[in-house]
Amino acid sequence: MKILPRNLARLVRTTAFKLLAVYLVVFAVFALFMIGYVAWHTRQLIEGQVAENVGAEVRFLAEQYRMGGIQRLVFVIDRRTRRPGSNIYVLANFAGEVLASNVSDLPLGLLDSPGTQFTAYRRSEEPGAKENLAFVQVFLLPGGYRLLVGRDVEERDTVRRLVVRPAQGALVLILVLGLVGGFFVTRRVLKRIDSMTATSETIMAGDLSGRLSVAGTGDEFDRLALSLNAMLDRIEGLMAGLKEVSDNIAHDLKTPLTRLRNKAEAALRGAHSDAEWRSALEGTIEESDALIRTFDALLMIARAEAGQALDTMAEIDLKEIAENVAELYEPLADEQGLDLTVEAGRVQVRGVRELLAQALANLVDNAIKYGLPKDGGRGRIAVRLSRDGDLAVLEVSDAGEGIAAKDRERVVERFVRLDTSRSRPGSGLGLALVAAVARLHGGTLAFADAEPGLRVALRLPALPVEGLAQ
Amino acid sequence: MSATRETDQDFAMRLLLIEDDRDAADYLRKAFREAGHVVEHAADGEAGLALALDGRYDVLVVDRMLPRRDGLSVVAELRRRGEATPALILSALGQVDDRVMGLRAGGDDYLPKPYAFTELLARVEALSRRAAPQAADTLYRVGDLELDRLAHRVARGGKDIPLQPREFRLLEYLMRHAGQVVTRTMLLENVWDYHFDPQTNVIDVHVSRLRGKIDKGFEVPLIHTVRGAGYMVREGLR
Repeated sequence: MKILPRNLARLVRTTAFKLLAVYLVVFAVFALFMIGYVAWHTRQLIEGQVAENVGAEVRFLAEQYRMGGIQRLVFVIDRRTRRPGSNIYVLANFAGEVLASNVSDLPLGLLDSPGTQFTAYRRSEEPGAKENLAFVQVFLLPGGYRLLVGRDVEERDTVRRLVVRPAQGALVLILVLGLVGGFFVTRRVLKRIDSMTATSETIMAGDLSGRLSVAGTGDEFDRLALSLNAMLDRIEGLMAGLKEVSDNIAHDLKTPLTRLRNKAEAALRGAHSDAEWRSALEGTIEESDALIRTFDALLMIARAEAGQALDTMAEIDLKEIAENVAELYEPLADEQGLDLTVEAGRVQVRGVRELLAQALANLVDNAIKYGLPKDGGRGRIAVRLSRDGDLAVLEVSDAGEGIAAKDRERVVERFVRLDTSRSRPGSGLGLALVAAVARLHGGTLAFADAEPGLRVALRLPALPVEGLAQ
Repeated sequence: MSATRETDQDFAMRLLLIEDDRDAADYLRKAFREAGHVVEHAADGEAGLALALDGRYDVLVVDRMLPRRDGLSVVAELRRRGEATPALILSALGQVDDRVMGLRAGGDDYLPKPYAFTELLARVEALSRRAAPQAADTLYRVGDLELDRLAHRVARGGKDIPLQPREFRLLEYLMRHAGQVVTRTMLLENVWDYHFDPQTNVIDVHVSRLRGKIDKGFEVPLIHTVRGAGYMVREGLR
């Protein structure tokens, strides 16, 4: 695998690689410490054993001396030096004359300093043998005799060779492998980051349909990709909504604008009297007022859908709104031949008071416009507010024509009016606004048959009942 | 200008209009003058603030988006300096939270563009302290109609008229602004505390019910409809 220097530099700069490097260094320091500790401990152990061994030997020889004098001691040492082994012995008289020994080349004066120490020596039976290190104890015997007993400590160095060196080698190997492995791991991470960056660049270039790839491993990259994808879905949805709104605005504002222009033009061409001028002007003002209302409603829907009114959300007493709006519309309903009744329990929601009131007003307004029974009798509108589990249910039902099941989904779209003759006033935006308000509050809008008539239910997440929650 | 003809000329106000759009400013200046008011004009926020600090005005009409200093900041600065002249903010932004921001900055009323001049005129006149002499009284009186704000009692010609709570508040608002035009949206805002457009003539029906209780059986009607604008309570037309 060829790694270009430029790529290498990029790898080294990544967070993953830096983390890995730091981890490796920390690991190496700990490993060194461990090896050092083991080595030191082993050495202590071996040295302890050697010292004990030598001490036991000295005690044994001293005992022999006490029992049989110098002759017995010489005899015993002589016998011992002939045995193979790593013990060394020197016995000298007060003049330094060696009586029995299996070593040569001891440092001068060594026999004059009693106690324990390390010293170099050569075995006398192997001429040309290399100098070895030994732990020795010098002991003064009565009569000026000096006894040296020692033990070769090459064993100790062997252990070090067996334990420490391979451990050091392994450490170096681990570091090298760790570094190489780090490169590969980092490269993998970098690859995924690069692919994410590339995807987001295409998205930024305008292709909102692009999505980050998800490996399916459930790791942090997947979680990030999933969350970014969800964000992209939302943005795409908002953009689509925005496009739809602007398309609708273009279409549905141009129609009344054209009417407005036509009216003005017709007046210029055909009006002759003051009264005619006046009525033409009044007509244009009426048209422009309708236009403004449509525009306001569209803006309100767009803002409710974009979630912009969330800032003004507060705890709202829906009962107050239901009763207020019913009270506001009751005289109008009465005048139009409908009885409006309200039945409201205490339910609170988190929301925007103005928008909720406007939504209910739109529903009641629709009920007044379309809620008269076909048989020509008095109509009735019922506003009901109740709690259904975690939901606040705000219902408006009438006894009018209702909405055919096939049209129920369509009516909440902007500018959809089932009254094809358009004989009754309205912008076709009322229910679209109600639906947008419902969505803004995390609720739903549903239409049902009231047999006869229409029952519209606005369901919103209710706040917990005070006092009952505890 | 049907509203203009019926407005009392004794309530001539001094207005300061802070508006950068030349056409809009010219139109408003002319229209306010025709309604009998004195209008001064500033074309940007700083100039407007300097003029308004004099405190010689009855009402300020402030556009929200202005060069050099925006309208909300002009009003906020005036309030900071203790200048309490009522201010109406005009804005192309008409949503709930925009209005809240406007009122929070110290504005007394908020009117989204585009508006009918009759609406603006009615609101400006309602803001003027001189034009609302009854505001602080506990007893409002128009002709032989009396409204006692403390006892919640209404009587005409000495005879008690029972009213529903909402009807009482409606009449109270109309009588506080006796002699002034009160528009439908002003009633919806001040009596019901809603700022949305009710689309149909819901307010008209409430007023006509109230009228049925107040004016029915009396020779002189007190609640008048001002065509193309709204309503006015006053003792007969001059």
